[in-house]
Parts: sequence; C-alpha cells; structure tokens
Amino acid sequence: MSALPTTRRILTQLRHDPRTIVLLVAVPSVLMVLLRYVLNSEQRFSAVAPALLGIFPFTIMFLLTSVTTLRERTTGTLERLMTLPIGKLDLILGYALAFGLLAVLQVVVAAGISLTWLGLAIAGSVWALLLIVVLDALLGTALGLFVSAFARTEFQAIQFLPVFVLPQFLLCGLFVPRGDMGWLLSAVSDVLPLSYAVDALTQVTRSAEIDGTLVRNIGIIAGCAVLALLLGAATLRRRTP
Amino acid sequence: MDEPAIEVTGLRVRRGGHDVLRDIGFGVRRGSVTGLLGPNGCGKSTLMRSIVGVQVVAGGRVTVLGRAAGSPDLRRRIGYATQDPAIYADLTVTEALRYFAAVLGTGPSDVDRVIAQTGLTGSARTLVGRLSGGQRGRANLAVALLGTPQLLVLDEPTVGSDPELRDELWTLFHTLAAGGVTLLISSHVMDEAARCDDLLLLHRGRLLARGTPGDLRARTGAADLEQAFLRLIKGREGATR
Repeated sequence: MSALPTTRRILTQLRHDPRTIVLLVAVPSVLMVLLRYVLNSEQRFSAVAPALLGIFPFTIMFLLTSVTTLRERTTGTLERLMTLPIGKLDLILGYALAFGLLAVLQVVVAAGISLTWLGLAIAGSVWALLLIVVLDALLGTALGLFVSAFARTEFQAIQFLPVFVLPQFLLCGLFVPRGDMGWLLSAVSDVLPLSYAVDALTQVTRSAEIDGTLVRNIGIIAGCAVLALLLGAATLRRRTP
Repeated sequence: MDEPAIEVTGLRVRRGGHDVLRDIGFGVRRGSVTGLLGPNGCGKSTLMRSIVGVQVVAGGRVTVLGRAAGSPDLRRRIGYATQDPAIYADLTVTEALRYFAAVLGTGPSDVDRVIAQTGLTGSARTLVGRLSGGQRGRANLAVALLGTPQLLVLDEPTVGSDPELRDELWTLFHTLAAGGVTLLISSHVMDEAARCDDLLLLHRGRLLARGTPGDLRARTGAADLEQAFLRLIKGREGATR
C-alpha cells in the first residue's frame, strides 16, 4: 500500500520527539485519574468515565493532527509531495494510519487504567468500548486533517479546537441528556458525530446487549471518520495560487 | 529528442489582484544548464512553480518534456527544489531522503548516491533541523536528485554554500547536463550566471532578455554580466518612462 511510507515517516518523526509520545500516552490517563478523585466515588466515575474516555483522545488527536498537517503545509513539504507521484488519498491514509496507531496505544492505556485501577465498571463488552473509543480518536484525527485545510497559521489551527470540538463536547449528552435539550439544540446535537459516540459509550456502560442502535451508532462514527478523511483528501490541491 | 525540454508561451500569472508574470515566452534546450536571473521578487520562483505545475496560472501554455506542465506522468521526471528547504526538520538526512525515495519508488542505494553527490555523507545521520543553512540547502537539493529526473528545477540551490562547495555543485550540474539532464537554475549571483549555457533575465514579471552569457555581454557592450544586466534593466526602465 502506498500509504505506508507516510505512516512510517510520521512515526519516525515522533520517535525523535519522545516527549510528545509520553504526553500522548499519559495525558488521557492522568485526566482519568484526576476525574476519578475529583468525583470521589466509583459509581459516579463509572457513569461519566466512558464518555470522557471517548472525548479525551478525540480532542488530543484532533489537535495533534491539525497542527502536524498545518506544519506540512507551512514548511513547503506538502507542496513538494504534490510534485511527486503520491496520491492525495494515500497521503491522508498514511496520516490516519500513523495517528490511528498512536490513538490505539493511548486508548488502551487510558481504558486499562480506568478499568483496573480506577474501578470503572461496565456492563457491556470491553472490546466494544475499545472499538468505539478508537473510532472516536480516528474521527478526531480525520477532523483535524480536514480542518487544518482552513487554517493559515498555528494560531488559527489551535482556535479550531473551541470551534469544532467544544460545541460537540457541550451537546454530546455528557452535561445534559440529549433528550432533555430544546428542539434546536437537540437537532444540532443530532448532526454532531460525537453525540453518537457518547450514546454508544453510555449504552456499552449500562447494558451487555449489542442491539441495532449500538451498531448504527458505531456505524455513524466510522462513517463520519471516513467522510472527514475523504473531505481532507479533497482539500489538498496540487496547484495553489 | 529535438523538442525543447521546456516551452513557455504567453504565460501570465496573477496573484493578489496584479500580474506577477506577464507574457512570458521562451524555450529551454534539452541537456542545457539554463540560468534564471533577476532581482528578488521579479517572479523567478513563480515561473519555476508554473513549470513544475504547482502554480495556478491565468493564461498561456507551459509544456514540459512534451507534456502539459503538471501532468501526472511528469511527477517522476522532474526534480524540484524550492528556495526555502522543504524537508522534514525532525528527521535525519537519511530518514527524510528515504521517505521521498519511497514515494518515488527507489531504494536506499539511491539515497546513498544523492547524499554523496551533495557532499552530505558526514551529516547523513544528523537531524535536518540541526544542519547549517548551507547543509540544509544541499539536503533539499538531494531530494530533487532522487530517482532519474530528466529535468531539474532548482530555486537558488547554492545559497549559503561556501565557494568551494558551490564550485563542486556546479561541476555536478554540468556532469548531469552532459548526461542529458536539463537544468533550470535560479540565482542572483552573477559568477554563477557565467557558468550557465543560456540565461533568462526576469525583471518585474517580464522576460527582459535571453541568450548565452557571451551574447548578453556583447549586446550590451559590458565587460561583465553584472554590468550587462544593469544596462539591460536601465534600458527597459528608460523605455517605459
């Protein structure tokens, strides 16, 4: 597959930057520990932890990817690649694969710590939980790739976090159940992919049943990630003004 | 093989509401070293981008190696190096070159060859970000030499190199040309202009003069190229006033 050289290159770049890897793996776990002791009850922790286990990697991967891609644009390496025989989708998939692998690492550590040490109890399957959380991180990666096309500077790229991520955070059902929102907010919540992730995670926490709704929600998250990747590839231009 | 390596007719490029290049037309012989000269901001880099096929053009035609500029099958046949090194600062020289080589479908022996050709053997394992300015420029040039390019478009490839090394690079350029490679090299150093087979003088987005170094000296009656160019530019400004 011609995406692999790009994946290898990005992972090599990160290998030269061990601090980023440590932060990447440790930050969601540390936040989960913090959350557990702020709530000071295993029961309350178990109620919100699955949703946050989805949201933290989503946010971190979004930031990481948008900044990395933007750097590729501003340093001219993207233009150089566009003069070389590499497919746009191959490049984007190379990115998704590299950051997807990192996301798996991050999620496995954070979920492992939550499930063992922090006493997170879930009724459903651990594998379903991991699948949803990894898809979430991939969605963050894909969205980060996509929105970096609209940022000219690092300052703008960072500002896209509150624009694209915080509204999803507020409307995903973590603070107020989605059913209790007014019609307008509820409608907005319905089109935001993170809402389906939190729905799915909540369901896995509460019941062992894998029903049509869960499968549909997982399908929506995966579909949104694929869509964002395709849109990201479509924003790449061989010719620029 | 008598058709020119580059043929440009009536090229016009607009950027930010005004013409950056106006009515540019010229041909470049195969196997020649052509120097593109002119003051900063005269449109040299834009012209090179148009030839490589990454510039949005407003009009005219650019044909490269018998194909319209930007054609997919040209991507293996053109080596392009921008003025600002477009190479990953957080990789070693070898790692960065291996990535571009993988994109081009060549292997480690090709990487070793270009490292030797650009005199970077001693810093092959150094991070690109830790190289001196001149070394980074050569790493940037090395990427363009990967594979078997038939046309090299090099924007200020010798900037920051000491005289001895610059001499070596020019020897390399002529060796490549003797092997049938066409080179288009921008520069603002006049002693480099003297080492070109043909010269193109760009001034304020127009092609002011073209010819061999000998032609241009003879036409202006100047002792050296620097004087010749100053006279040509003054002549043009006198004509438009």
